[in-house]
Amino acid sequence: MNDRLRRTMMFVPGNNPGMVKDAYIYKCDSIMFDLEDSVSLEEKDAARYLVYNSLRSIDYGDKELVVRINDPRTETGKMDIKAMVASKIDVIRLPKTESVEDIIICENEIEKAEEEFGIEIGTIKMMAAIESAIGVLNARDIAFASNRLVAIALGAEDYVTDLKTKRYSDGVELMFARSMLLHAARAAKLDALDTVYSDLNNEEGFINEVKLIKKLGFDGKSIINPRQIDPIVKIFTPSEEEIEKALEIMDAIEEAHKKKSGVISLNGKMIDRPIVLRAERTIQLAKAARVL
Amino acid sequence: MKNRDLKNIPSFGNLSNSHPLFTSEKVYKDRKSCIEREEYESKVLYSIEDAIKKSNLKDGMTISFHHHFRDGDYVLNNVMKVISEMGFKNLTLASSSLMAVHSSLIEHVKNGVITRIETSGMRGDLAQAVSKGLVDIPVVFRSHGGRAYAIKNGDIKIDVAFLGAPSCDSFGNANGYSRDHDNGVICGALGYAKTDAQYASTVIILTDNLVPFPNLPAGIYQSDVDYVVKVDSIGDPKGIMSGATRFTKNPKDLLIAETAAEVIEASGVLKNGLSFQMGSGGASLATARFLKDKMLKKDIKANFVLGGITGVMVKLHEEGLIKKLLDVQSFDLEAAMSLKNNRFHQQVSAYYYASPNNPGSAVNQLDVVILSAFEVDVDFNVNVLTGSDGTIRGAIGGHQDTAAGSSLSIIVCPLTRGRIASIVDRVNTIVTPGKSVDIVVTDQGVAVNPNRTDLLEKLKDSNINLTTIEKLRDKAINLVGKGKAIEYTDKVVGIVTYRDGSVIDLIYQVKDVVEED
Repeated sequence: MNDRLRRTMMFVPGNNPGMVKDAYIYKCDSIMFDLEDSVSLEEKDAARYLVYNSLRSIDYGDKELVVRINDPRTETGKMDIKAMVASKIDVIRLPKTESVEDIIICENEIEKAEEEFGIEIGTIKMMAAIESAIGVLNARDIAFASNRLVAIALGAEDYVTDLKTKRYSDGVELMFARSMLLHAARAAKLDALDTVYSDLNNEEGFINEVKLIKKLGFDGKSIINPRQIDPIVKIFTPSEEEIEKALEIMDAIEEAHKKKSGVISLNGKMIDRPIVLRAERTIQLAKAARVL
Repeated sequence: MKNRDLKNIPSFGNLSNSHPLFTSEKVYKDRKSCIEREEYESKVLYSIEDAIKKSNLKDGMTISFHHHFRDGDYVLNNVMKVISEMGFKNLTLASSSLMAVHSSLIEHVKNGVITRIETSGMRGDLAQAVSKGLVDIPVVFRSHGGRAYAIKNGDIKIDVAFLGAPSCDSFGNANGYSRDHDNGVICGALGYAKTDAQYASTVIILTDNLVPFPNLPAGIYQSDVDYVVKVDSIGDPKGIMSGATRFTKNPKDLLIAETAAEVIEASGVLKNGLSFQMGSGGASLATARFLKDKMLKKDIKANFVLGGITGVMVKLHEEGLIKKLLDVQSFDLEAAMSLKNNRFHQQVSAYYYASPNNPGSAVNQLDVVILSAFEVDVDFNVNVLTGSDGTIRGAIGGHQDTAAGSSLSIIVCPLTRGRIASIVDRVNTIVTPGKSVDIVVTDQGVAVNPNRTDLLEKLKDSNINLTTIEKLRDKAINLVGKGKAIEYTDKVVGIVTYRDGSVIDLIYQVKDVVEED
């Protein structure tokens, strides 16, 4: 099981010093500095410089630090990778991933930079954002394309345009992409992250979407404002009943270990591996939400 | 006649009756109807100039205004224009506070019409001009309670008070609204004006809305009023108040507010009968939202809330979470309408609210106050008056009063604002002394005043991210660095007084810095 939770991945525009300098104060699991779409062309260098220096001088605590880079085929993207590897970012998020080749090009750049800065090869992890029909169809291969990958994410704005539709409140237009991505992620043992919800003032719509993606099995969601953290955490936090049950299962496992018994049972029912895994995840989520 | 002989009144001790014998010529029997009297014997005048003449205003005297109309106020500028045209000089202006709209005062100071200013605060062009040396005699800054106390004890002797009122009858019963007939201008409570009306030698009400006698309820009673001037307009409703104060959407303010509510809970004061005050600022007001959830969860009802009242507090009252609202200043239309319609919502004077010399002062009955700050220093001193460039841009308000009066005073402020640190070694201007500040809540940790060992004990086992004020200062410096020191001249432009009238700090003229290339 993955030991890091990725319920909330908060976008921070890389060209906004006020937001970059203290993004760690919010209770998100990951901070994602954006050098791509939220930064205009003439500010690309300034944003890269700002994020690089912030990463080197600010203590972001135990947050997972992610950066969304520009297309690694371009000079800007290459410089992004170099600077971010030098600053020892945790994860590089590749936008608009369409193929295995995209992943490999990005990975090669990362590896070059790791060599240049004397960082152990493979230290910097990767995340692929899939934002097109071809990307969704290739999701399975993309998910297996690199050992650096820790997660794949859906970027819906470009994707729905590609499909000749738009975002709807019930999310029916994303059903296939979400299911496809989730299967690809699970098959490759990666985390799956859902797309952003950009109507900040529609709290009800946001909550419904989070409930939906939790049901589907997503690990979390990209967010654009700290105000979106709490609702997600609440929805992803197990109920008291669920926690109670998970704890009973863990007790039963311990009991079985003590007795050196291979069969774990609780209240006369056999507990098999999926139940154990679910219980472990429940406890992890409960601890992260500080309810356990 | 034996029973009319004054000599028969026994003398008791040093007291004896010195009054003359009654004669019936002195009895005045008025046969006019109320309506006729309103017309012929009222206190109503139709020009500011007439009122000033009748008030016997003289050079060197002290005049006062209130700031309930905030940036929508027309009264001060209009009255000052007339006073200036009438040729008065050397006056002391003792307003409850001054806003950006009052920049006309710059001219009146330059022309010698006004030579001294006393106020709670100052903003805009006037504040900038004062900071750059406009006045020869320093401006005296007082808290709302400190001002009320100074008025009562004679430190401020108001000769003529010019008090704008959204409604008034012919005899001077004035209010910030009217139950009979609102005229589009409504300001709710007249708390600061009430104290002026009570103690000024001459009280002139200016209103655009003359209503039939008796204008009840009244914020200011006829017994305190000498003249009523009917004017065309007293203010711009848009500048006086907005429809409703909304909760902030700023995520950092919300984070600070949530932490402040957790601090209140962990401090153990969240009990039935609680009383609190929250400013109208982002994080301060938003604390109410998080406190509400905790009150509902624990089934706790507050006894009263105090201060500038907002629609947010009104809602909490209407939801049954707060019994009474004590209102010295209504911040929005929802608060003003509630004051008008709800008998559990009452206006109180500045003296009732915050006077330091009366144990009954409402601030002394506060359990919790949430206050904001420009800066807090490592001794917990707070500055709410001068900005990071050293110029005046704020007001003391009830800061000193509520910090001292409440049993738990919490300062909410972000660790940094842009590139400016809010937690510093020494604040620019000490307004509220650190001894009366209990807890500082920032977005990056909570610091408890070491003199509150009791609170430290209570908070240390909670989930709250406790730190020290020194660590917060260091963290701020690490983030944004240390700013270049502000350069001042030796000229004192402001005297900051504590609520008891003692001098707590001085404000110096800011040097004009010429930027070099």
